[in-house]
Order: sequence, then structure tokens, then C-alpha cells
Amino acid sequence: MSGASVPDGGGPGGEVVAPPAGATQLEVVEVRKGMFGVGDSGDTSGYGGLVAPVVMPGPSARPYGSWFDEVVDVLAEVLAEGGLAYDDAVEKVVVDRHGATTPDAPQVELTLYVRREHLVPVCQALRDDQDLRFEMSLGVSGVHYPHETGRELHAVYHLVSITHGRRLRLEVAAPDADPHMPSTVSVYPTNDWHERETYDFFGLIFDGHPALTRIEMPDDWVGHPQRKDYPLGGIPVEYKGATVPPPDTRRSYS
Amino acid sequence: MSAPTATPHATRGADDDQASTVRAFEAFGDGDWDEIAREAVGEERIVVNMGPQHPSTHGVLRLMLEIDGETVTEARAGIGYLHTGIEKNMEYRTWTQGTTFCTRMDYVAPLFQEAAFCLATERLLGITDDVPERASEIRVLMMELNRISSHLICLGTGGNEMGATTVMTVAFTAREEILRLFEAVTGLRMNHAYIRPGGVAIDVPDDFAAQARPAMERVRGYLGQLADLMIANPIFKARLVDVGALNLAGCMALGITGPVLRSTGLPYDVRKQAPYCGYETYDFDVPTDTAADCYSRAVLRIEECYQSMRLVEQALARLDASAGAPVMVADKKIAWPAQLAIGGDGQGNSLEHIRKIMGTSMEALIHHFKLVTEGFRVPAGQAWQTVEHPRGELGVHVVSDGGTRPYRAHFRDPSFNNLQAVSVMCEGGQVADVVVAVASLDPVLGGVDR
Repeated sequence: MSGASVPDGGGPGGEVVAPPAGATQLEVVEVRKGMFGVGDSGDTSGYGGLVAPVVMPGPSARPYGSWFDEVVDVLAEVLAEGGLAYDDAVEKVVVDRHGATTPDAPQVELTLYVRREHLVPVCQALRDDQDLRFEMSLGVSGVHYPHETGRELHAVYHLVSITHGRRLRLEVAAPDADPHMPSTVSVYPTNDWHERETYDFFGLIFDGHPALTRIEMPDDWVGHPQRKDYPLGGIPVEYKGATVPPPDTRRSYS
Repeated sequence: MSAPTATPHATRGADDDQASTVRAFEAFGDGDWDEIAREAVGEERIVVNMGPQHPSTHGVLRLMLEIDGETVTEARAGIGYLHTGIEKNMEYRTWTQGTTFCTRMDYVAPLFQEAAFCLATERLLGITDDVPERASEIRVLMMELNRISSHLICLGTGGNEMGATTVMTVAFTAREEILRLFEAVTGLRMNHAYIRPGGVAIDVPDDFAAQARPAMERVRGYLGQLADLMIANPIFKARLVDVGALNLAGCMALGITGPVLRSTGLPYDVRKQAPYCGYETYDFDVPTDTAADCYSRAVLRIEECYQSMRLVEQALARLDASAGAPVMVADKKIAWPAQLAIGGDGQGNSLEHIRKIMGTSMEALIHHFKLVTEGFRVPAGQAWQTVEHPRGELGVHVVSDGGTRPYRAHFRDPSFNNLQAVSVMCEGGQVADVVVAVASLDPVLGGVDR
């Protein structure tokens, strides 16, 4: 897992931007043991003792670089005008540098982690304030992290400001036990089908959505297929005398 | 719909315990269609189900239309008939194998999915700046050729749906020229898996420019014929002008991009707004119109084909200048040791490479085996990359957990998003205009349903 020890900006070959203080903090999402799905005493692979932590990029510290500080400041101001404290609405800010050598390279991305109860006012502020003007949403995508207890289901919103030529990402988390999230259709009508898709595949319930029904799977389908705990349902295939198991039960490099 | 009571399983039998608690869908009897039709009994309005098997819905799109006389009062699009779980499948394959899956999403414009996925993967790897110049030139060349072939399909099938068969035959003949070029480079006419993380699978053949330049001249001739058949044709104009209107505010609210957005006058093009693959160094224009109707979208697509030909010419000139330069990132831990060759039966491993790894170098064989079976590890994190697809803005959201396979790969397909505009564009119009309006959105259901 040599790659995982580099949070961001440390791609092979590229010069690393000096990370701002605190940016090297990592968030251990999961710890995996062994390889090929075996870790018990009957392991003959020799990989049984392997311990591999899965670490995601942690929160970045100021200055974020490029136009990011300006957008975060303006957002805090606009939220404060509406009676909402910035720290209540935004959990953390993550800047993914992706090996960039300059802070304003096109591959540097900004993510705001928003608490779910404040998602709609944050979207409203981002869309309407003249210094922010993220006037178009490019949809929602869900991600399931079964090991992040209490915040298993994530919804990621991709916003674009045509006026200012900027892009940012909002990430919102909800626990599996209470998979509710406010719908953003009132702010970005385009998210209608995207939220239906996320509901269909992850079981995230978007409160206030005008018609939250399945969109890709049949109406009577049981379960939400993109979740990590959903089995693929493949059957073993016989090939030249050997049996090939379904992909999710096959030996794999973890 | 009832809550799941047992472990969900894709291949559960029809006689499971759950069967009695789950509302079943039937094409007759108590299905959803039956309910809609029963509601409408004894009323003036007629409810028409168009698709999913209908020759003018561009694949398996289902439209539910409520009609009063010849006027459409309500239009709803139903999708999902071509859902194949490509995104889920990608989670069980290596990053390199991912390109062979995402190329099958929007099968009319496969190279855009490949390019977007590879650019996003390169971001996660932190090698965006290390991708060789020549690889980016080839990517631009292939994408622009693909943009022309995709627009030709849109114009040709759109014309065919209105009864203009010649438009279709001319467009498909022109597309054939481009598919021959694809075959010469990738060995295949579709499902290329040609663009790979770090570069492209194989350099273009030595005589490629000699094949491409005359082919482009022939395509230019066919485009001229198409323009002659379409632009000033009074029947064509009668069917398209002022039909399927969607203004700028509607486009922004519904997230509509591509030619439909540009037909409202906003010159939004990802190639200009957030350049990738070095598009900022090429000379091309973003054509726009202000009529915001189906006619202006058809004209814009023809115009975009000419712009793409300008880009193809510039890319070919750059390829002439950079002949012999690498087309894959130098890091041998990422670059697949593909060493492919185009043989008589398509693309395959180069015999010379196999002879070398099998006969002379044990290390090269081990390296080849490890990289092909295990793949490379991608640092944990997430990336979002968009490219200008012929139908609008294609976005790829990839998440890595530090392993050799994507933790999650999501494609924001422009066709999927743009189909939301069907209601706005069709309601209040004539039944015959529905086909024209849907054709102007140019949906490809392989991309919509993934």
C-alpha cells in the first residue's frame, strides 16, 4: 500500500507542492488484513500478516490556494447574513492537489463537506450570490463507505460556475440507519433525475423530492445495487474443467 | 413497493417468499400502464405509450404522452430499459480494464468516455502533467473524429425519422470513412478501449496521415451534401423551425449542455472553459445561435463538424511533427506493457513482445504478469473530470481506496441529464413534433442507462 501513504499531491514523478500546515492529516477509513480474502490460520498465501490501512485525504488548512479561500470566505459571509454559522454548515474543506506543481493548476479540486441539514441553504447561497454564482449543477453521485460508521452513505454534488469559470464539489454524509437527506431539486431542478438515480442505487432518501421513485431499476426491485453489501448475483462458470466463481467472491488483490 | 426483507439477490427465483409481498409488474393486468389507461377511460384525452420499442426513439426510450387532439398535453420519459450495471462492473476490474467497460456506455461516442475516465484516473495518480504530448495529440484527434461521426449519426437518424432517407444514407456513408480510420488506429470500429490511463494503447500507424487527409476531404464533401439537403430545404425548415424550444433559463435550470445550450446563445464549451488534453493550444471556434429551436441545433451540429475538422487538421500536423515520440507515460509501473500490434484479425499482442518476455527476460515476464493481472495501485481519494461530449458535458467521478480497482466510478452522462427536458420541449406542441424534439436532444440510451 505504498500509494495510500501519500494523501494528495504525491503522485509518482511529479514534484509535490509544499502542503500547508495540517494538510498531511489523514483519515483512516478502514484497515484491511491479509490478501486474496484469506487471513485466518489456514492461510498459505504468505500474505496473512499484511495490514493495510485505507486512508482518505484529510481536511486541508488555510490557505487553500487559488480562488478557494475567496469562495469559502464569501460563502461564510453569505451564510452568516442568513443566520447560519459557517462552522455549523461546513464540516471540513478538502483540497485535492492531484500532483499539481502550482496551486491553480486545473487538476486541483475543492471539496466542501456540508452537514446534511444545512445542504439546501448552502446550495442556495452558492447559486445566488453574485461572487459565487455556481449556477449549474452537474448532478449527484452516491458513494457507499460501509466502514465509516455513522456516515456510511455519501452524496456528492458537482457544481459549476460558468460566470467565474470555477468548479467545486459538495459532499454530504448520512448514516445507513437514517438514510435521509434534503432534496436540492428546489435549488437545482436538474438534480431531479440524479437524486432518483442515487436513491435507486444507494437507498438514500431525498426528503422533499417531487417524485422519488426508481429510475434505472424496475419499480419492484428489491435492494439498492450499487451498495457495497449488495451481492453481484453471479453464478460459477465452468471453463475447461475449472470453476470460475462470480467476480465478488473471486480472489482479489485487496 | 415493500421494504427488503431478506438479502437481496439479483438472481433470486420468481417463487421466493418475497414474491407475494412485492408488487409485480406485468405488461397486462394490474401493471402501471393499465392504471394509467384505466384512469383515462371515458375522457377526451388519449394516453399513448411510445416505445421502448419504437423506431424513432433512438433506442429503448419510452415516452408516455397524453394527447388532446393533435396537441401533447403531458409528456414523460421512462428510461432504464438498457441498464447493464457498467458502473458496478467497473468496481470489480482494474483501472486499465475500466476503459473497456466505459467505452460501451455511449456507444456512438465511445472515445469520450475513455478519455474522461483516463483523465480522471491520471488526476488520482498525480500524473496529469506527465502524460506525453503525443498521447494528448492522439486523444484530441480521436475525440474530434468521434465528434464528427456522432453528429453525423444525430443528423442522419434525425433526418430519417422525418422521412428523409437520403440524409441518413449520406450521413452513414460519411461516418463509414471515420470508422475506417478508427479501425486503422485501434483495430475496431467501436468499443475501442484505446485511450488508457497514462496515454494511449498504441501509436497511430505510420501512414495514418496519408489515410486521414483524403478521408477528411471526402467527409467534407458529404457534409456539404448534407448541408445542401437540410439547411435551406423548405420541408426540413417547416418541421424544425420554432419546434422544441428551450430557452437559456430552462437550460440552466435543467443542467442542459452541449449544442442544445449553445443554441440559446451561451458559448459554453468545456474545451474552452476548463481545457484538457491541451485544447487551449488549438485554434477553433464555438458556434452559437439564438433561436433555441430544433433547426438551430441541427445547423450548430453541422457547424461543429467543420470546427472538429479544423481541429483534426491541426492535430494531424502536430502528429507529423512529433512522430516517434512516446504515447504512454514513462513510468513502467503504470504503463501497460501492451506492445499491441494490428494483425489481420484485429488488435492483439505483438508477437515480437511475446517472444521477448517468454524467451529472453524472466523479469519482463513477471512485470508483465503482475501489471496485467494485479494492475497498478491508485492513491486514495476522489477526482472529477469533465469533457465536452458531442451531447454535452460528460462528467466522471472516480473514487479510489488505494487499491488496484476503482472504489466507485460514476458517469454523468449528458444524454441522461438532457432527457429531463423532454417534457418542457414537447408539452403544448404537436404529436409529430415529439420525434423532432427528442432527435434534437440526440439521446443515446446506452449512455443514459449505463
